[in-house]
Amino acid sequence: MPLQMSKSLKLDSSGATLQPDGETPLVTVIEPAGMNKTADAKLEPVASPQRLAVDVSHVSLTFETADGKVDALSDVSLQIADGEFVSFIGPSGCGKTTMLRVIADLQQPTSGTLLVNGMSAEQARLGRRYGYVFQAPALFPWRTIEKNLKLPLEIMGFSDSEQRLRAARYLALVNLTGFERKFPWQLSGGMQQRVSIARALSFDPALLLMDEPFGALDEIVRDHLNEQLLQLWDKTGKTVLFVTHSIPEAVFLSTKIVVMSPRPGRIIDIIDCNFPRERTLEIRETPEFLKIAQRVRVGLRAGHSYDE
Amino acid sequence: MTSSALTLPIGRSLRQHPLLARYAPIATVVLALIAIWYVAAVLMNLALVRGGFEREETPYTVSELIAGTMSAERPLLPAPHQVLQAFVDSVFGYPPNAPRSLVYHSGVTLSATLLGFLLGAMLGIALALMIVHSRVLEKSLLPWIICSQMVPILALAPIFIVVLGAIGLQGLLPKSIISAYLCFFPITIGMVKGFTAPDPMQLDLMRTWSATPRQVLSKLRWPSAVPYLFAGLKVAVTISLIGAIVAELPTGAEAGLGARLLAGSYYGQTIQIWSALLASAILASGLIGLVGLAERGVARQMGTRP
Repeated sequence: MPLQMSKSLKLDSSGATLQPDGETPLVTVIEPAGMNKTADAKLEPVASPQRLAVDVSHVSLTFETADGKVDALSDVSLQIADGEFVSFIGPSGCGKTTMLRVIADLQQPTSGTLLVNGMSAEQARLGRRYGYVFQAPALFPWRTIEKNLKLPLEIMGFSDSEQRLRAARYLALVNLTGFERKFPWQLSGGMQQRVSIARALSFDPALLLMDEPFGALDEIVRDHLNEQLLQLWDKTGKTVLFVTHSIPEAVFLSTKIVVMSPRPGRIIDIIDCNFPRERTLEIRETPEFLKIAQRVRVGLRAGHSYDE
Repeated sequence: MTSSALTLPIGRSLRQHPLLARYAPIATVVLALIAIWYVAAVLMNLALVRGGFEREETPYTVSELIAGTMSAERPLLPAPHQVLQAFVDSVFGYPPNAPRSLVYHSGVTLSATLLGFLLGAMLGIALALMIVHSRVLEKSLLPWIICSQMVPILALAPIFIVVLGAIGLQGLLPKSIISAYLCFFPITIGMVKGFTAPDPMQLDLMRTWSATPRQVLSKLRWPSAVPYLFAGLKVAVTISLIGAIVAELPTGAEAGLGARLLAGSYYGQTIQIWSALLASAILASGLIGLVGLAERGVARQMGTRP
């Protein structure tokens, strides 16, 4: 089923960002609490010639565990341009989730530098520059769907009317209009995950980080959501970083596939994937698709991902 | 007795009536307990009544003896109907502010209980907040909190009353403090658990939105703790009643259910003791019922799955 867009969701001519009310940009930088003026100045993105959404150079992360040190990430470098859809694929323990968490400033690298939107990961987090979607919907069970959507907006201090507007707009974007007053347990798993995607988009961050968002869903729902996500990406022009276990999912969605391997977590191969932006699930049967999938598989094998 | 009515052929429709289906098991247990109580009353008071007859050297029959065990003035174990009679008399027989009225004494104890419960709940939540807030406070507070519950309150209550009396606190407040001292504990333990209940993913989400600690508390930790709060409150409300009654024992006790219990045991008025016990049981069930009602209301507000 194609994603339905209501009239109010029509894009401006550039098609780059979702701007429902025409003039005013959706993102207003909200001052994070506890930041003083000098820190504020640092929030301004550093002007760079070609804008990189994410710039990772020589990042390593070592966990100290009871059994000794574990290299979750080892000397990882990666540049992601604005507007790309990048999938991270690899077996469990290859550091793909850690990679996303480091970019989100949920974990700090042991060494290396990291720029998100031209600023440090912490500044990007404090500036609310990204939305994060976890494996599970992680909705707040005591809040209705609408109130779940409003939660980040409440925290960021949006006005009541703006909260209402945005909740309605983003529920429509994920085809869940009419479910405002339901509680999470009244929705299926796929619907709940769509709510969590809408929630991540609700404050209109330029960057969307998704950590195996459809991992817990069945194949049919997953295919359906993949198509919806692709359309969402096409319409909103966000940069998406997407962690997955599934080769077909990665090839179908991405403009770039990052193949990773475990122990230590590192990048094996980066594969460009240039299918037209408008694509359907049928492309999965084309020779080009199978060729790229094959290359991903070879990359995973080269990284000894099929050992054990 | 009415239990036989249950086995009578009273028609399918009545037997399958939802009210009957719901209350028949409880009623059966209650009736069985009452039956056991009567047998025990006869056995326990037998020697007392027989002694009475023999002292007066009047001849007696077995039926007179049994009737005597159920109507003794100061029985070892009063029969249920005696307790009920005394209860009804002392509830409805006097104006509600008379010193012989159970309503008056229940009211005195209830006010101490409610104030103690309120103080205890606030103290319990405050302690839980401090413990969750800082590991240093957790390490320094928790042992004391646990120790506080190991001291027998019966030994502690007179000390409290005397010390507080010496600094000029009398009446309601000392009793409430003892009641609060007893009842904060389950709330603290429950709320520590509740405040740390949120999923790591939910906490990470709050971090990605760079929420302030206060927002994390009000929008995530507090709502997550609500089920634990009510579990704690239910235990605490009965404990606070016990605390209030215990606190009335060493005061010389002019008023309150504790005073009735104490006076009853001084003068061997077993029937008075039992009717005070009945009153406190009714108070306790009423209080638990109220907390349960509040819990259901809040759960409905929070969309809890029925």
